[in-house]
Amino acid sequence: MTVAPAPWTDPASVPLIRFDGVSKRFGDVVAVDRVDLAIHKGEFFSLLGASGCGKTTLLRMLAGFEAPSDGRILIDGADVTAVPPYERPVNMMFQSYALFPHMTVAGNIAFGLKQDGLARPVIAAKVKAVLDLVQMGKFADRKPHQLSGGQRQRVALARCLAKEPKVLLLDEPLGALDKKLRQQTQLELVNIQDRVGVTFVMVTHDQEEAMTMSSRIGVMNAGRIQQVGTPVEIYEYPQSRYVADFIGAANMFEGTVSSASSAGVVVACPELAHDLTTAHADPLAGGHPVTVMVRPEKMSIGRDAPADGFNWARGTVADIAYLGDVSIYHVRLDSGRKVEALQANLRHTERHKLTWDDPVFLSWHPADALVLTR
Amino acid sequence: MILYVLLAFAYAFLYIPIVVMMVFSFNASKLVTVWGGFSTKWYAELLTNEKVLDAAWLSLKVAVVSATIATVLGTLAAVVLVRFRRFHGRTLFAGMVTAPLVMPEVIVGLALLLLFVAMEQAIGWPAGRSMTTIVVAHGTFSLSFVTVVVRSRLDRMDASLEEAAMDLGARPLRVFLSITLPLIAPALLAGWLLAFTLSIDDVVISSFVSGPGASPLPIVIFSKVRLGISPDINALATIVVALVGVAMAIAGRVALGRR
Amino acid sequence: MTGRLGRFLVGLPPYLWLALFFLAPFAIVLKISLSQPDAGIPPYLPLWDAAAEAGRQWRGTFDNYARLAEDGLYLAAYLNSIRIAGIATLACLLIGYPAAYAIARAPTAWRNSLLLLVALPFWTSFLIRVYAWIGILKTEGLLNALLLWLGVIAEPLQILQTDLAVIIGMTYSYLPFMVLPLYATLEKMDLSLLEAAADLGCRPFKAFLAVTLPLSMPGIIAGSLLVFIPAVGEFVIPDLLGGTDTLMIGKILWSEFFDNRDWPVASAVAVAMLVLLVAPIMIVQNARAGAEDKAGGKGRR
Repeated sequence: MTVAPAPWTDPASVPLIRFDGVSKRFGDVVAVDRVDLAIHKGEFFSLLGASGCGKTTLLRMLAGFEAPSDGRILIDGADVTAVPPYERPVNMMFQSYALFPHMTVAGNIAFGLKQDGLARPVIAAKVKAVLDLVQMGKFADRKPHQLSGGQRQRVALARCLAKEPKVLLLDEPLGALDKKLRQQTQLELVNIQDRVGVTFVMVTHDQEEAMTMSSRIGVMNAGRIQQVGTPVEIYEYPQSRYVADFIGAANMFEGTVSSASSAGVVVACPELAHDLTTAHADPLAGGHPVTVMVRPEKMSIGRDAPADGFNWARGTVADIAYLGDVSIYHVRLDSGRKVEALQANLRHTERHKLTWDDPVFLSWHPADALVLTR
Repeated sequence: MILYVLLAFAYAFLYIPIVVMMVFSFNASKLVTVWGGFSTKWYAELLTNEKVLDAAWLSLKVAVVSATIATVLGTLAAVVLVRFRRFHGRTLFAGMVTAPLVMPEVIVGLALLLLFVAMEQAIGWPAGRSMTTIVVAHGTFSLSFVTVVVRSRLDRMDASLEEAAMDLGARPLRVFLSITLPLIAPALLAGWLLAFTLSIDDVVISSFVSGPGASPLPIVIFSKVRLGISPDINALATIVVALVGVAMAIAGRVALGRR
Repeated sequence: MTGRLGRFLVGLPPYLWLALFFLAPFAIVLKISLSQPDAGIPPYLPLWDAAAEAGRQWRGTFDNYARLAEDGLYLAAYLNSIRIAGIATLACLLIGYPAAYAIARAPTAWRNSLLLLVALPFWTSFLIRVYAWIGILKTEGLLNALLLWLGVIAEPLQILQTDLAVIIGMTYSYLPFMVLPLYATLEKMDLSLLEAAADLGCRPFKAFLAVTLPLSMPGIIAGSLLVFIPAVGEFVIPDLLGGTDTLMIGKILWSEFFDNRDWPVASAVAVAMLVLLVAPIMIVQNARAGAEDKAGGKGRR
């Protein structure tokens, strides 16, 4: 795959979808709160958040099932805020798949094409093409209740793709599948998107799914977009405590800035025996309250004190979770706080295997310590 | 074990009166306690009684027309109640739809008759008591029953099916015709059958709104049985039970065959 | 999502129909209940006397309501209706509960057939089924003949034309309405709850009282309302099976209208029934529906 410059980094690129200060209130409940968001052509964009965070409402507004209380939605430059769903160049794959139970697979797919008034041979050809695309050609005459979960999911996808929408919306597309099938389908969906080139917008609560499939992720909480970025950006450089905590595991140390230079910010943590050095470039004023976040896999665990220049903390092993490929050590610091460190189990036997109540040092590189101000 | 004895008792309670009637419909004697030998004379008497036959034909017509009206209006009402969450006058509408379910029949009958009388005085329609007034009355009170049946089906239907159809480019009317209607069709049939049964069985409301020229079957039966036992009614009962039994058997077959 | 016009067009036909044929009639009933009776056709006087010399003159009256309050007959009929319908409801519950329970615990393959057998009588004529009891209950009827033959009684009992006959007729007619909702709740019940109760040391009968009965309460209430509501305003059953002294409010309204041709008093009885009977039932129904919506809403996602 050739790596083209990402459209969202190109200031000249015009986004395909724009949310402009969009809010949605249901009575007193604010489901979506002043969202501004730009999604570009060809993206696989995921809205990620816990249930009730407003992600589904945002998606339904894009499909036209809910009208925004405030703000505008633009698709391809046109304001669609007041356009009904049946006139939007957008199709949605529902969480329940919403296959029409009284129609065959082919009938389901043809339904959308008939609404466009296409000629019958054209419809037949298109139905066949999309069914082949999702490898469901053999099942054209089945009824939905005769299909497995995975097959239904493919038909639902094909039904949307047949309409050749500008944007395809996916509401928890893999939620109904079991774990094994889900992982396989994730990659398939990405491949299909690559081939057809349609912009995908997906809603999910599953961070692994979002990380695997997306070009960019918008993390939502309480109706607001917390952060938008590539999976790497979201994981490695979360901009807030919420995002750091929501994506993956995180060890957090509260503290205040003691000094700042071009090399980074030094943070005083009352919990730890020494100041933490970080590579945080933004010079913060002394005394500014901050949180230092370190991912468990960035922490080394050992019996010996670390080399100079590393941050460290001292404690005893309180719990070990052996997961086969990796082990997670829960270390109780001298302050009483528990911290997680993750180590790959590289060899069958380790001579210096750590066990419960062993005194250990945790250490990490300044570049892996992230300073969060929000 | 005791449980099944009690169940058997319930079935005996439900069916003994019906069986007794069926047996005595073949009794040559007019007395219930005396078996006067096997005879089909009550059937002959019933089936040559012009008054009974006319009444049965009228009842059938009224039931078909009123059930159809009730199904159309009741379905619309169910769609309004399930799909249109907020509109002016919703409380009044919901009240009007549910009230007939708890309204004693004597009140409904009286109220409708008084309306018909008042309308006839004011605009000259409906002229007297006729099939029309019975149809209107039956259509009105069965409407609510149809709404209950269709409403529960609509409530259970996955709303995303309609959204999906709209999303695929279908306008609301098309969504209703090609998605909603086929999916709630069994409920419409059930509602129609219920309305049909309520109509063909109704005595009280018909008593108010029918006139001398238009007496449906239950009115004719009622005026007969008020005077005491009449064995040709036993014969009629046997015919009704047989017809319903056959209809049920066919419906059961169809339902099984579809599965 | 439907356009405003579309929604309007969908709602209009049922709205208009119900307003004309359901709401308007009650306004007329109310009006006539305030009118004076008259010997003409229709047998009441208009509320305003258009022919009076000093313009239109109010001729309305509360006499009809005053009569309901003064004559003990109406109050007695009202109370007796509630009593008879209440006893019939209880009888339906006593017969219907074990039946519904047995069906819900029967082998799955049998359940539908057993249920159909309960519902089948409903689809046959109500009138004919009530009529069947005349032959059974009357003095020279089957029941008395059987009891005499068995030697249980020496003289035939007078059952027909008593309140007891009315109660039997109602129980018989409305039993399916009790069994079906009871079955629906009992069938849904999680049997592992009973196993859990047994596991925790609860004997079967106690487990029934402590677990099954409270959980089937929605079915009991729904079934009781389905029986009580039509029974309390019933006319056909008391007319055919009851005696002249069986006072029920539906029968009173009927005889005021058809036998006495007193439309204003019949209308007043209807209005009183609406206020004292139908309104409380609707309030109970609404409260119940509201509670169920709430309970259902919690379970939904």
